[in-house]
Amino acid sequence: MTVTAPERPSLKHRLAERGVDRTLLLLVPGVLFVVLLFAYPVLYGLQLSFQPAEGGSPFANYSTFFSDPYLADTIWTTLRLAIPAALINVLASIPIAYRLRGRFRGKRFLTTILVVPITLGTVLTAEGLKQYLSPVGWFNRILMALGMDEPMRLVPSWTAVLFSLIITGFPFAFLLTLSYLSGIDPTLEQAAATLGADWRRRFRYITLPLLAPGLAITFCLTFVLAFSVFPSAYLVGLPQGETRVMSIAAYEAAFRDGDYPMGSTIAVIMAVVMLVVIALVLAWRSRLYRGATGGKG
Amino acid sequence: MRLGGRRRKSSGVSTAQLPAGRTAERPEYDPVRGPSGRTPSENLDPPIPAKDFRRRPLTVGGWLVWGAVAFFLVNLVGLVASVVVNSFAVTWFDTWWPSGLTAQYYSMAWQEMALLDVLVVTLQVSAAVVVLSVLIGVPTAYALARRTFFGKRLITVLFLLPILLPPMTYGIPLATVLYKFDLAGSMTGVIIANLVPSVPFVVLTMTPFIEQIDPKIEAAARMCGANTAAVFGRVLAPLLVPGILAASILVLVRTVGMFELTFLTAGPGSQTLVVSLYEAMFSAGIRAQQAVDAMAVIYTGSMLVLLVIALRFVNPTQLVTRLKE
Repeated sequence: MTVTAPERPSLKHRLAERGVDRTLLLLVPGVLFVVLLFAYPVLYGLQLSFQPAEGGSPFANYSTFFSDPYLADTIWTTLRLAIPAALINVLASIPIAYRLRGRFRGKRFLTTILVVPITLGTVLTAEGLKQYLSPVGWFNRILMALGMDEPMRLVPSWTAVLFSLIITGFPFAFLLTLSYLSGIDPTLEQAAATLGADWRRRFRYITLPLLAPGLAITFCLTFVLAFSVFPSAYLVGLPQGETRVMSIAAYEAAFRDGDYPMGSTIAVIMAVVMLVVIALVLAWRSRLYRGATGGKG
Repeated sequence: MRLGGRRRKSSGVSTAQLPAGRTAERPEYDPVRGPSGRTPSENLDPPIPAKDFRRRPLTVGGWLVWGAVAFFLVNLVGLVASVVVNSFAVTWFDTWWPSGLTAQYYSMAWQEMALLDVLVVTLQVSAAVVVLSVLIGVPTAYALARRTFFGKRLITVLFLLPILLPPMTYGIPLATVLYKFDLAGSMTGVIIANLVPSVPFVVLTMTPFIEQIDPKIEAAARMCGANTAAVFGRVLAPLLVPGILAASILVLVRTVGMFELTFLTAGPGSQTLVVSLYEAMFSAGIRAQQAVDAMAVIYTGSMLVLLVIALRFVNPTQLVTRLKE
């Protein structure tokens, strides 16, 4: 780095004022890592997607994707599954985290219980759903004992995949929301309470604005989890129908059909769709207050 | 009101936020506590009678929240229990409970699927991923938290992308690149693939954590004559331990549960538990359903053990900022 040029001692000083000093050397391993193992493979895949297996125009794969409804429809299939799942997860975790943010007996136990589903993972959740929701499983038995006429056909179905996304995604959203909520300085709410605000107004005007940036991040992360659904869409969904999500299409193109450039193409389109949604959410988030009083993320 | 109760119970709250004039407004405490700045936490109570909210009757909203939590948990327990019960079942068809219980499917699963090897591989992979991602991620998080510089936005985005993108999108190109360099299909390949989301995850969780550590503490340490090594080793490291633990646990859980990347890069000898479970489920029909469930139970069991051990050392809510308790 030119930072330490001896004949111009003022340069180091001037750079330091702009935030460039030896601390930045700490960035080197991380940046090197992410460039080599993330940026390079992604760019490699990107250029591969413009080299169709059968030759022809560089955009042949993309035009195939958008002209073939069997492939193009996977975009909507995925969004129809991921957006409801992410919204349910975030919206459900707000009231629950708000109620549980104080101290009470058994809080640690309850948080631990709610964390457990994260450790289950999608594969085990799928296995469990297959049996729990099956026509002879406990869920349908309880419904029939309560007076239902015939068992609901829940596996394989779109609903079962949504359930699996909620089971794995909700605890994650809850945990994040709870930690963002706990990061908000309680004295702010106390001040509002002192001025006579009831809990609704405290929530609306103090907690929610401070929490909103964190909620945006939470939404993004649960959306990613839901968007990339792969094992459960295969195992409890209808992989050739209602839950034929983009990752299934990409996987089948690359590994079942061996058409690697097509697989990359679908992966690229998948990333673009995803980033559009994320960018919209983050653009909204950048308009929010992010101060030192917590809830940031 | 609830907050009043909350604050009363907490002791040793930082008094730094309290302006010095505050005690002067409430002179009745001064003779007891003394005029020093070290005001006991009782003096911080707002002038509202503090009530213990634990004894408040539940409102409608409260019932709804608890009901939703209960419904979620009941279904979750049912889901896990179906797998556990079936793994012990002799046969189970169209009844509430299997016809008999046996443990034979566990030994069958253990032998047929070489579970010991799979467990060792899983352990090695996740330990390597946790250590490497903390070593690479924490220094990066420190630099990002403390400095503003040209191109910081670009670097932040670069670290956000591997978390925001679904593993399937970059997993497919990553797998090819790893195959090109003959790394995939081995344990090294699996570790490298799993590091790709883990390092940015550590950076993302540690950056806000470091941001909320007051830089004045470091400045004070330097004023007292500490050199860089001492600032990092004796001032920052102890403050960072909770954050590093939280990040490591989450990375560990993610790695053991990471299906897609391992699935795409693992070879015959480098499958982790979750991938061999998927393979067993996908080829269902070859083996008894109970044996697959037995494997699923072993997977869940090992994850739970990890989690219980981990939660003894770290509060899950410390992910982003430390609790003021």
